[in-house]
Amino acid sequence: MPQLADFAAGLLAATPAAEAAATGNTGLRELFIQTAYLAASVLFILGLRGLTAPDKARHGMRLAAAGMLVAIIGTLVDYQIVTYIWIFIGLVIGSAIGAAISIWMPMTAVPQRTAISHAFGALAATLVGISHYDHIVRIKEELVTRDVMAALGFEVMFGALTITGSLMAFGKLQELLPSEPITYPYQNQTNVALFIAAVLMFGYLVIVPSDWGTHGTVFYLMVLVGLAVGVLIVIPIGGADMPVVISLLNSYAGLAASATGFALGNNVLIIAGALDGASGFILSILMSKAMNRSFANVLFGAFGTPVESEGGAGGTTGAAVRSVSVEDAAAQLAYANEVVVVPGYGMAVAQAQHQVEELAELIEKRGGEVKFAIHPVAGRMPGHMNVLLAEANVPYDKLLEMDEINDQFPRADVALVIGANDVVNPAARNDPSSPIHGMPILNADQAKSIIVLKRSMRPGFAGIENALFYDPKCALLFGDAKSSLTKLVAEIKTL
Amino acid sequence: MILCSWNLSLLAAEHGVSALSIPFLRFYVFVLAGFVGFQIITKVPALLHTPLMSATNAISGISLVGSLVAAGARFSTYSTILGFIAVTAATINVVGGFMITDRMLKMFKRYERN
Repeated sequence: MPQLADFAAGLLAATPAAEAAATGNTGLRELFIQTAYLAASVLFILGLRGLTAPDKARHGMRLAAAGMLVAIIGTLVDYQIVTYIWIFIGLVIGSAIGAAISIWMPMTAVPQRTAISHAFGALAATLVGISHYDHIVRIKEELVTRDVMAALGFEVMFGALTITGSLMAFGKLQELLPSEPITYPYQNQTNVALFIAAVLMFGYLVIVPSDWGTHGTVFYLMVLVGLAVGVLIVIPIGGADMPVVISLLNSYAGLAASATGFALGNNVLIIAGALDGASGFILSILMSKAMNRSFANVLFGAFGTPVESEGGAGGTTGAAVRSVSVEDAAAQLAYANEVVVVPGYGMAVAQAQHQVEELAELIEKRGGEVKFAIHPVAGRMPGHMNVLLAEANVPYDKLLEMDEINDQFPRADVALVIGANDVVNPAARNDPSSPIHGMPILNADQAKSIIVLKRSMRPGFAGIENALFYDPKCALLFGDAKSSLTKLVAEIKTL
Repeated sequence: MILCSWNLSLLAAEHGVSALSIPFLRFYVFVLAGFVGFQIITKVPALLHTPLMSATNAISGISLVGSLVAAGARFSTYSTILGFIAVTAATINVVGGFMITDRMLKMFKRYERN
């Protein structure tokens, strides 16, 4: 009989077992989500690895996009999601806008698009952080634990300053704002004070968990300060420093995503954010090296004064520049065996990449050889020139990095400088008093002759006279790069 | 996702692991992923730095994962609105980022002698 009682008890116990089966179901769901996230993380890494070679890159990006899809599908089965309507509307609107931008945007607008997309990414991370905070502290009226608060703090701080910083960068690149540095008295002091205020508030939020009233006020105040810091650190930065700024903002957007992962306990966010953070960080180091600035100078350089506008002009003011006619320049190019083209931001502004390609093809048809020398900071973002020239159908094996091409300049009959300035200024090599001294440059001055396409004698971003223009081997062809190139092409065809 | 941290804390409690080890576990993931990123990205040629940036940008649109929960969980009207905006913004990045990266990469062609 006791056995029967045991049996009955066992039967009764079967009810909790059913419950266990139900949790097992949740467990299964959780297993699915986590597997999806793991797969997504692996696909992201494989995808980025594809970018190490141009012919594997597209395949790699398809893997990464598949990873994103897997991560989204995995998330959609999360038990917390009870309504799909807003998710659906958001996905549709977002996809429509994203697709429209990427289909119709001209390639010359790539730096702007990149800047604004950092703002979108950071906006998403910040809003997720705010919503998360609101849910814990205001709705559930709980004290937020220190580790979650630390993560949320990083999330909204990096997020907020990336939103406004990227919008400022976008404004400058789109020329809605002046691209010159904007400075005012006590700029450094203001920025440092705001930064300290943000750090203090962050510290308070983590150390003193309290209820909604005070804690919430400080939290939102910290978000506002973060937004202000983003504006203030980007306005004193000039257009030519944009490659560094964009890379840094790229890194911050990644770190904000990673912090979101810490706050939510989600590994795929941590991993994807870390990959983005590392990428932006490396790019900003590469860019700062290419400008001969220390990394600290780049991180905090924005707080410093912009480069003195009075360069070492003394030695060159006496000399005169030599200008050249389209006919003479065309003849020089037409009969050259080796031509090295040095493109700069001026080529992007004039949207002259197609004319450059036409000219290069024409010279090649006549038996000459044309190569392109790409300085790491030419343009407004890393790789800017490469994308523009690839768009104009210049094969990528003709686009050479600084280290590859610099030895070849002495062999070149003509170095054709199109809208580049500081990156070919020999003062960086020869003149210790120059503000850009020590910056690695393209050795265009070692070519047998140099033709510079230039709109006017206006100096480059640092206001530095370019010693190259006064070189006896150098001739300047004044005018808009696009129309000068069109004339050169027409002239060479008649030869 | 909160479920995930809950599971971890449960796991931690069951095995007598200190509460500190959970955030630390996340640091391990972060640091190791950072190293992997560093190793890969230093090998990306300067030629592809612009597509790299738009690719990492698309990937960091992974914030979408967090946004989806905020938009769909009915925590509060406020959370739903924030979540909805976040879903839209992150989707712009994901869709736009992958599409524009592909458009750029399609343009990079090798030289063919005719």
